[in-house]
Amino acid sequence: MIEVQEVSKSYAGKPVVEKVSLKIRQGSVTSFIGPNGAGKSTLLAMISRLLQKDSGKVLIDGKDISDWKSTELAKKISILKQSNQINLRLTVRELVSFGRFPYSQGKLKKEDWEKVDEAIAYMDLTDLQHKYLDQLSGGQNQRAFIAMVIAQNTEYILLDEPLNNLDMKHSVQIMKVLRRLAEELGKTVIIVIHDINFASCYSDYIVALKDGKIVKEGPTEAIIDNKVLEHIYDMDIPIELVNGNRIGVYFK
Amino acid sequence: MKLKLTMLAVLALGVIAAFLFLDLPHNWEYALDRRVKKVLAIALTGGAIAYATLIFQTMTNNRILTPNVIGLDSLYMLIQTFVIFFFGAVSLPSTNKMMNFGFTVGIMLLFVAVLYKLIFKREGRNLFFLLLVGLVMGTMFGSMTTFMQVLIDPNDFLVVQGKMFASFNNVNTDLLVLSVIILAVVALYAMRFSKYLDAMSLGKEHAVNLGIPYNFVVMNLLVIVAILIAVSTALVGPITFLGLLVVNVGYQFMKTYRHSILIPSTMLISVIALIGGQLIVERVFTFETTVSVIINFIGGAYFLYLLLRESKS
Repeated sequence: MIEVQEVSKSYAGKPVVEKVSLKIRQGSVTSFIGPNGAGKSTLLAMISRLLQKDSGKVLIDGKDISDWKSTELAKKISILKQSNQINLRLTVRELVSFGRFPYSQGKLKKEDWEKVDEAIAYMDLTDLQHKYLDQLSGGQNQRAFIAMVIAQNTEYILLDEPLNNLDMKHSVQIMKVLRRLAEELGKTVIIVIHDINFASCYSDYIVALKDGKIVKEGPTEAIIDNKVLEHIYDMDIPIELVNGNRIGVYFK
Repeated sequence: MKLKLTMLAVLALGVIAAFLFLDLPHNWEYALDRRVKKVLAIALTGGAIAYATLIFQTMTNNRILTPNVIGLDSLYMLIQTFVIFFFGAVSLPSTNKMMNFGFTVGIMLLFVAVLYKLIFKREGRNLFFLLLVGLVMGTMFGSMTTFMQVLIDPNDFLVVQGKMFASFNNVNTDLLVLSVIILAVVALYAMRFSKYLDAMSLGKEHAVNLGIPYNFVVMNLLVIVAILIAVSTALVGPITFLGLLVVNVGYQFMKTYRHSILIPSTMLISVIALIGGQLIVERVFTFETTVSVIINFIGGAYFLYLLLRESKS
């Protein structure tokens, strides 16, 4: 389990995340939502140790992340940031094989390659696996990076705006995969997401942040609510029930 | 890939053989002894600079940086000029090679250590901030050097000028032995980190995600780079442009990201370029120029070619 205890971070004296405490539920999809500058990505980066926190603790399976050995932690938790510019010219398969680094330290064995193949198949990239990343579209690129994370085979998967710059079709595709990861493989998925309707349709729990603090957290139904959303986003968002999904109609 | 690597190895051996045996004079023992020493010095510096540049670029994720942005080359020139400015060209610190080598390497490493202490002690630990500070310091060293150079006696200046360019024409045997030992130790130590290099080239965030103790590895690699550059510069003179050249040729030629292939191939290319350059210096220009002039000329031309080709496509 991931437990966040009173974590804070400030940049040049300006608090970005203030004393946030949180427990993430196992085997579910949790979304972080909130307006720009709410501290969602910063919080995610601190949970995944990409960013040093000023104070507070992050416990993974009861152990502080700073007490974990780097390689062991990399088998437990993985993070994918929103922009993934890489200076190397890699094929999809080569990229995905990097996901096995925590297990193989660069020398991939047969089992490692099997995992790589599985991950590629899982993301439906088998036909593209020998293509170079710079020959692929944004959506295919994003799928390749997610395949790398799947190959890393961690219990916790953290994604920072996985739908950034993707069209509807690819967004749905990615969200379905994340759902399957939680349901079929029992992974715990945490995402930062802007579109409240994607959050509503695909997540079990939602954590709403504003000005570096958690405004409200709970099951999806409790957050996707006119009153709650108005408080978070300072705008009126009527909620309609469409095919059993709660959809916020905020366009006008 | 294997084939290309073998080709490079054969070519390197070929150039070395040509260098060693091409018109050997009658008293061949003396000539051969000198040539072997030269080849050794060249292979050593060539290999060290290629390796240092390659890992430096991997660490910074930047293909146009060389380790001399942290100002080691300019510091070397400053030390040499300083010695001649204050003690004169015929003084002991200037003429005693062992002594000169010792304190040059010492001061360079001290400089790097101070740089690390200043920057890594603070929070943020940004590698690029360190590079920026190094760049500024390098420029300052350069200006101080020029200032002293315009004041010294013209005869002394000729001595300084001789040190501005790398030269393999008179390499000291004792220094060579010492350098071999230092570089061998450093190489052994660097082996520990070689498994991280491929994943490091994905960038900091991916590297951390994949479980690499990033700050620790970067610190160690920087120290390794500093030692390699300091030793090779103190041995033959400033020649780090070579690194930029051979590493990029290596990338172009091997078309891979794997350091297990890139490291040996860039080192071989470096040796080929240096010994080939030295051959041209000795046979074509009959010692009227130095190898770094040739390397800079060919390297500059190559980069212009790359630029022109890129802008066309």
